[in-house]
Order: sequence, then structure tokens, then C-alpha cells
Amino acid sequence: MRDLFLAVLLRDLKLASRRRIDSLLPVVFFIVALSLFPLGVGPEPQMLRDIAPGIVWVCALLASMLSVGSLFAGDLADGSLEQLLLAPQPAIAVAAAKSAAHWLLTGLPLIVATPLVGLLFGMSGSALLALVAGLLLGTPILSLLGALGAALTLGLRSGGMLLILIVLPLTMPALIFGAGAVGNIEAGLDAGGHFSLLGALLLATALGAPPATAAALRISTE
Amino acid sequence: MNSPSLRLFTFAAPSRFYRLAGWMVPWFWAATLVLSVAGLYIGFFVAPTDATQGDAYRIIFIHVPAAWMSMLLYLVMAFWAGIGWAFNARLASMVARAIAPTGAMFTFLALWTGAIWGKPTWGAWWVWDARLTSELILLFLYLGYIALVNAIDDVRRADQAGALLALVGSINVPIIYFSVKWWNTLHQGATISMTAAPKMATTMLTAMLLMTFAFWAYAFAVVFTRTRAIVVEREAHADWVTELTRGKMHP
Amino acid sequence: MNWGSASAFFEMGGYGLYVWGSYVVAAVLMAVEPVLVHWRHRRALRDVSRMNSGNEAES
Repeated sequence: MRDLFLAVLLRDLKLASRRRIDSLLPVVFFIVALSLFPLGVGPEPQMLRDIAPGIVWVCALLASMLSVGSLFAGDLADGSLEQLLLAPQPAIAVAAAKSAAHWLLTGLPLIVATPLVGLLFGMSGSALLALVAGLLLGTPILSLLGALGAALTLGLRSGGMLLILIVLPLTMPALIFGAGAVGNIEAGLDAGGHFSLLGALLLATALGAPPATAAALRISTE
Repeated sequence: MNSPSLRLFTFAAPSRFYRLAGWMVPWFWAATLVLSVAGLYIGFFVAPTDATQGDAYRIIFIHVPAAWMSMLLYLVMAFWAGIGWAFNARLASMVARAIAPTGAMFTFLALWTGAIWGKPTWGAWWVWDARLTSELILLFLYLGYIALVNAIDDVRRADQAGALLALVGSINVPIIYFSVKWWNTLHQGATISMTAAPKMATTMLTAMLLMTFAFWAYAFAVVFTRTRAIVVEREAHADWVTELTRGKMHP
Repeated sequence: MNWGSASAFFEMGGYGLYVWGSYVVAAVLMAVEPVLVHWRHRRALRDVSRMNSGNEAES
């Protein structure tokens, strides 16, 4: 199973490296979307500092959801998805590998871009650290849940919007704990509880989402 | 809906269910009528005015039953969708699909009445308290399920995908509720939190329970009727359906 | 009995708009939904008989 996992993961990374511009789109969207907020709500520094954790999380969520829609589309189109599912190893390996690839290509760049964004919004060092730590735990959750949504909506016309509708409610706990952790740090309180819960969510999602995604892939390709 | 599954296998054939449900629906409507009249009578003419909230609290006789039904129906929907998926039982999947719109309706009603109740009690049309926010997310879960099964043309794929989504959703409902509650208590200072429902006089509780059962009977009536409609739509090519319509056309 | 008069009943201690705003919407939803479902059922039966009479006309 590990071989299939690595094979799919490395293949996706290699494919992405051939289309570098496409791979950078989620991060660019992330930064552009975040830049809209000061324009919309005004440049007052304290307010921007207050809303920064929340809107960073929301934009990370949206960037993830927008890029995960095409997770399986390419493989479906050229028939390789069917071949992967015919492999003797369980489809869970495929699901997990795809989620991991998505995180490496979208989640991780978002996390790298966050300090820059933190500067734009005047966040303090400790708050920024809490934000990055939260995203480190939370973006994998988004990738895992996003993969489930992509598998369920595979090949559907309205796929993109539908995916966002069905996955967003499931990601709300991560959003609550992630943004809440930063809020606590900024208020001088301890955020240990938030991070523990976020970690627990990550664990539960990592164990539960790939099997569900595998089942969804089978449902969608039968 | 809550009978043991062994007995239900007898009626797992769509044709048998169609006839049985057709017989039961009028009784459900009768129960709805009786229970709601009783509940509303006690709620408006027996239960006293509340000390803190005045007569505004009487919204509770709609709000709480609707909220309970919205949550119960989601779990029941997920259950039957799961059964349909696991045992390849068409009828179970049809029942699940029939439940969704009614569940969404109750969720909307709970939100609407919750908002209206909020205005006189806390001065705002909406408060982001734990229960209302969770209820809002539940509405999104219902809408997501409905959107997904309607977007997939292949009936079997739609049933199975819907079942998976509903099951994942039901695991998430307690997580979502817990996280929203956590989030809400953190922001205690900033937002107004929903105080506990008025201390329940027995009469208030009785009225609320009667209305809950009334809504439950209503749900049975509507969901069973919708299931019958779905059965006819899906089994259109079956002989028994042809006989059915022929019987109607030539009485 | 709680209400001195019919107008007191409608006013609900000043909260009439809120209380009746809730009950009216509930009544409307729970009246419209069954009607829509009934129509769906009738439509399904009509479609089936139309389909069958078409088949019979062919044969």
C-alpha cells in the first residue's frame, strides 16, 4: 500500500512541477483575496489586526476548496483513475496520496505565504506564530475533506460550487479552533486547548477521510 | 420509521410500502391535527405568561419542536440512506431522499422562529449563539445533501453518494455542535448568549411535548406521501404501477 | 384562561408581531409543503398513465 501511495504522490508532484503557474494559482488567489479586505472594510490598523486571523483562515479555506475541485479531474479524463482503482492495493492509498499531494501543493505554500500576509495586517509575532501553527494543523484537514468532496462530485457539471457547499460545513470546526487559537494568544490567554482540539481533529480526519474518499471514488466511477 | 429492520424487510418491496403508506397517511394527518390542537390549546390558554419574557416566549412551542425534528430527521435520513447503500435497498434510499426537504423545512423554521424570538428578547434579529449557529450549519448540511443527489443523474450513484455524505455529516453534527458551543462561550463577553429557556412550568413543557409529537406525526405524513411519489417516479416501468394508474383511469 | 378578550389574544402582551410572525410562517410552510408533495404524487401518476397509453397506442 505504501508503494501505491508514494507512486501516486510523486506522480502528482511531478505533474504539478510541469505546470508551475497552475500550481501557484491558489497562493496568488489567497493573497489577492486577502488584499480585498482592507479595501472593503477600511485601512484602520487595529481593526485589520483584529480580523486578520479570521480572514486568513477563511481565505485559506476558499483557496483550498477552489483548487481541490480538479484533484481527480485530470485522472478521470485520461482514464488513469480507473486504472488506479483497479490496482490490487486498497483505494485508500490513492485517496491519501491525493490529499497529501494537494496539501503539499496548496496548503504548504499558503502557510509559507502567511507571514507576509501577517505583516500586511500588522499582526504581532506571537499571534502570527499561533496562526501559522494552526494552519499547519488545519490545512491538512482541509485537503483531506476537500478530497472527499472532489470524489463525491467527480465529473458533475456544477462540481465546483457543489463541492464548496458540501465540504464547507464540515470544515467549520477547524476554522473555529484555528482562528480561536490566535484570538486567545492575542488576548494573552493560553491556546493549548485549541491546538489540542485541532490536533485531535486532524488525527480523526486523517483516519476517517481517506476511507470515505476511497468509497466515494468507487461510487463515482462505477 | 423506527420499527425493527427485520419486520421492515417485508415492506421493503416498493409496491407493498406504497400500499401500506397509503393506508397510514390519513391516520398520521389525524394525529397531527389532534396533537397540534391539544398542544396549541394548552400552550396558549393554559400555560401562564412568563415572568421575564412575557408572552413572546410562546414562540417556543414552534421553535423547540422544529429544532428537535430538524436534528432527528437528519439522523433518520442518514440512517435510511446508509441502509439503502449497505443492503442495496432501493426503498430505503427513496425514504432518505423523501426526508431531506422536510428536514430542511424544519431547520429553516427553527432558524426563523429563533431569529424572531431573538428580536424582543435580546434586541437583535440574529445572534451567533451556539445553538442557532449549529442549526444554521445543519441547514447547510441538508442543502448540500439535496444539491448532491439532485446533481447526479445516475440514480444509484446519487443514492450512494448521498448516503456517504449524510453519514459523514451525521458524524460531524456533534463535532460541529461542540466546536460552536466552545466558540460561543469564548466570546461570552462580546456577544449575547441565549439564556436558558424560561423555567418550564409543567404546562409549558406539556404543550411543547405535544407540539413535538404533532410535528413528528406531520413529518410521517409528508415524508410517506413524498416517498409514494418517488416510488411511482422510479418504478414507473413496473407492472404494478401500470395496474395502479389503469385502476385510476378506469374506476 | 389567559386572555381577557380577543384583542388581548392577538396582541400577546405587545409581542403579537413576533409570536404571530412565527406561527403564521409555520402554518404557511406546513400547509404548502403537503400540497406540493400531493401535486408531485399526482404528477407522477399522470406521467405513468400517459406513458402507458402512449405504449398502448403504439401496439
